[in-house]
Amino acid sequence: MVAHLLRLKLALLRNSLKRSPWQLVGLIFAALYGLGVLGMLLVGLGFAGSVGDAGFVGTMIVLSGSALLLGWLIIPVLASGLDMTLDPARFVTYSIPMKQLLAGLALSSFIGVPGVVTLVAAMGTAVGWWRYPGAAVAAVLCGALGALTCIIASRAITAASTSLASSRRFKDVSGIIVLVPLMLMGPIIAGVSSGISDFSVYLPRLATTIAWTPLGAVWAIPADIAVGAWGPAGLKLLIALATLAVLTWVWKLCLVRALVTPAFSGGGRRTAGKLGFFARFPQTPTGAVAARCLTYWFRDPRYSAGLLIAPLIPLVMVFGSSQAGGLEAVGPILSYAGAFAAFMVAWSISADISYDNTAFALHLATGVSGKADRSGRVMAAAVLALPLGLLFAVTGSVVAGDWQIMPGALGLVLGATGAGLGLASVFSSRFTMVVPLPGESPMKSKPGNNFTTVLVQLAGFAGAGVLAAPIAVLAIIGAVTHLPLFTWLALAAGMGLGALYVFLGIRMGAEQYNKRGPELLQAVSVDR
Amino acid sequence: MNNSLGSTSTDGRPPALSIRGLSKHFGEKIAVNSIDLDVPAGSFYGLVGPNGAGKTTSLSMATGLLRPDAGQVWVHGVDVWQNPLESKRLMGLLPDGVRLFDRLTGEQLVTYAGLLRGMDKDTVAERVKDLLTALDLGKDAGTLVVDYSAGMTKKIALASALIHAPSLLVLDEPFESVDPVSAANIRDILHNYVNSGGTVIVSSHVMDLVQRMCDHVAVIAAGRVLAAGTVDEVRGEMSLEDKFVELVGGRNQATGLQWLRTS
Repeated sequence: MVAHLLRLKLALLRNSLKRSPWQLVGLIFAALYGLGVLGMLLVGLGFAGSVGDAGFVGTMIVLSGSALLLGWLIIPVLASGLDMTLDPARFVTYSIPMKQLLAGLALSSFIGVPGVVTLVAAMGTAVGWWRYPGAAVAAVLCGALGALTCIIASRAITAASTSLASSRRFKDVSGIIVLVPLMLMGPIIAGVSSGISDFSVYLPRLATTIAWTPLGAVWAIPADIAVGAWGPAGLKLLIALATLAVLTWVWKLCLVRALVTPAFSGGGRRTAGKLGFFARFPQTPTGAVAARCLTYWFRDPRYSAGLLIAPLIPLVMVFGSSQAGGLEAVGPILSYAGAFAAFMVAWSISADISYDNTAFALHLATGVSGKADRSGRVMAAAVLALPLGLLFAVTGSVVAGDWQIMPGALGLVLGATGAGLGLASVFSSRFTMVVPLPGESPMKSKPGNNFTTVLVQLAGFAGAGVLAAPIAVLAIIGAVTHLPLFTWLALAAGMGLGALYVFLGIRMGAEQYNKRGPELLQAVSVDR
Repeated sequence: MNNSLGSTSTDGRPPALSIRGLSKHFGEKIAVNSIDLDVPAGSFYGLVGPNGAGKTTSLSMATGLLRPDAGQVWVHGVDVWQNPLESKRLMGLLPDGVRLFDRLTGEQLVTYAGLLRGMDKDTVAERVKDLLTALDLGKDAGTLVVDYSAGMTKKIALASALIHAPSLLVLDEPFESVDPVSAANIRDILHNYVNSGGTVIVSSHVMDLVQRMCDHVAVIAAGRVLAAGTVDEVRGEMSLEDKFVELVGGRNQATGLQWLRTS
């Protein structure tokens, strides 16, 4: 059976090459690339083994081995469907004993450029230990073990994520989670590299730590053997074997589940009684719209992605400014950037009807008034935007240790939120945009994101800038002159103008909505 | 206000739905070509037609979802496009091919529909419970609509259309992908509703169902009304299905797919 699976994989590979000459060209290039990497690696290892001591070689191998294992773990998740030629789901209809299926799938994963390169490179670490024969022999064995761990780890995580991915909730969440590291990539890299002044001290320490984790244990054994530390070597071997066992067990568990569950399954059945936000908002059309929108802010990944990103914006801004202006700038920037975060949340509702898509028909069919529709949506966004902005304004003041900037920052938050909500209310009742459909990933960029969409976004940002300018001027004067009068004026202006913007926005938006309801529905119906 | 309209009802009430000269074109394509239709109050009215005949477009215009190029629509004498809010209060609508707010639970969605109509919360809560029980959705009330099956989705949309006890119910393809037991339950609900004085319009392309269920029928094809009246008037001596094929045409008489046999 194992041989059958291996032969199947080879046959699949051969057939894919027959399909088009470019497949062959691709494979040849991949193979050449792999050979090149391998060659450089082995030469490098041999060189390092000649000039460096056991500690140096060990550090190098542990770090690169751990990175390799991490890569096998992460890449299948990011690039799902990377190698699904032997997708377990396709074996559902055959009755293959689990043990043989596992072994066959694991071994067949070595067929292919990444598998071969990993195996040869892992076992090739022995070259680095040519001065320590005992360690070299151990390195060959541990390399095989490490490569197997890589394969099993990637198989386990693929199986786990496919059995999770069939639940809608996981799909929703995973789409958002990738956004966060992407947003913070810049600060993280800069922070890490500035925190480490001396790599030659830092890296060995890192390697020593990693060597005791499942990631690095298997790679660290030869180094311990080289210096005759048999105890630690034995312990690390235990860690490595346990890691492999746990991964295999996880893989088997997920595979067993995948083989008996259909490709898609929803959540469990739940009975009535939980009305959520509907029970908490006033039981009027306006309150109902607000409750529905707020529910969506938390349940629909297209909204929650925005909600997750908004608080990160001030942090990124703070990071940038602290690089430029030093630590004193952090507090004030943090408190003023809160206005920006609040605006981002508020402005999100400019795409509200586009996000509703044809579900908007319910609003039209029930004849809900423009005023109720507009104010409900505004209410939901305000419930989120205001606390977020206030949190930043207050935190910023605390960090700065300067309570005088707080009134101005609060005024800015109120003014920017009001401007965002007001403008969005008008714009979303006039224009629809091309957005990801309900249920699609928030990351999905839609083709045909047309000129109007870009124009609406620009107009919104510019408009909000103009509307918030008076408050910003007062707040800046207050901050520069240290006259409390101006910061308090900024707060008053923020309250007054913010309320005015919301009021006018809802009124004008409602008028548009009442006139153009059917046209809005037709506009969103085009894209479904 | 529109008593002059050709009313076919015998008791002098204005028709539940009255359509005059309704037209719509999308680009070059004429979807609905000046149709006239009267749906008597208290009738169970079937709207049949082949795919792409203009059923959904006509019903969307009649219910205020799609602005017509020309023509007028009255619901119980209220002009739909002059007094949209008043006319929508009279109608319950199950549109076909539109999404629902499917990140709400079934219970939340129906509650939402009720609250949007301005009903008070106690009535809403009571009716939501009754509707979910009647449509056999009680056990899935707390499940998100996005996780519902196609049939359950239809049923929850129907519940949203019924919550405010409308006097005219417009259902576009209500039985699509609904299981036979649920379909029978829905038919019972609709019959009771008609017996108590309500009016139902259903569009369908299942002739058999319409013939058994409805008392009136209109045949629509290529954006025109080909025949309208009571089911017996329209079908005459034939079955509704045969009459429909005769009216619409387009049957393939050729003996194609010769190879499609088992021997």
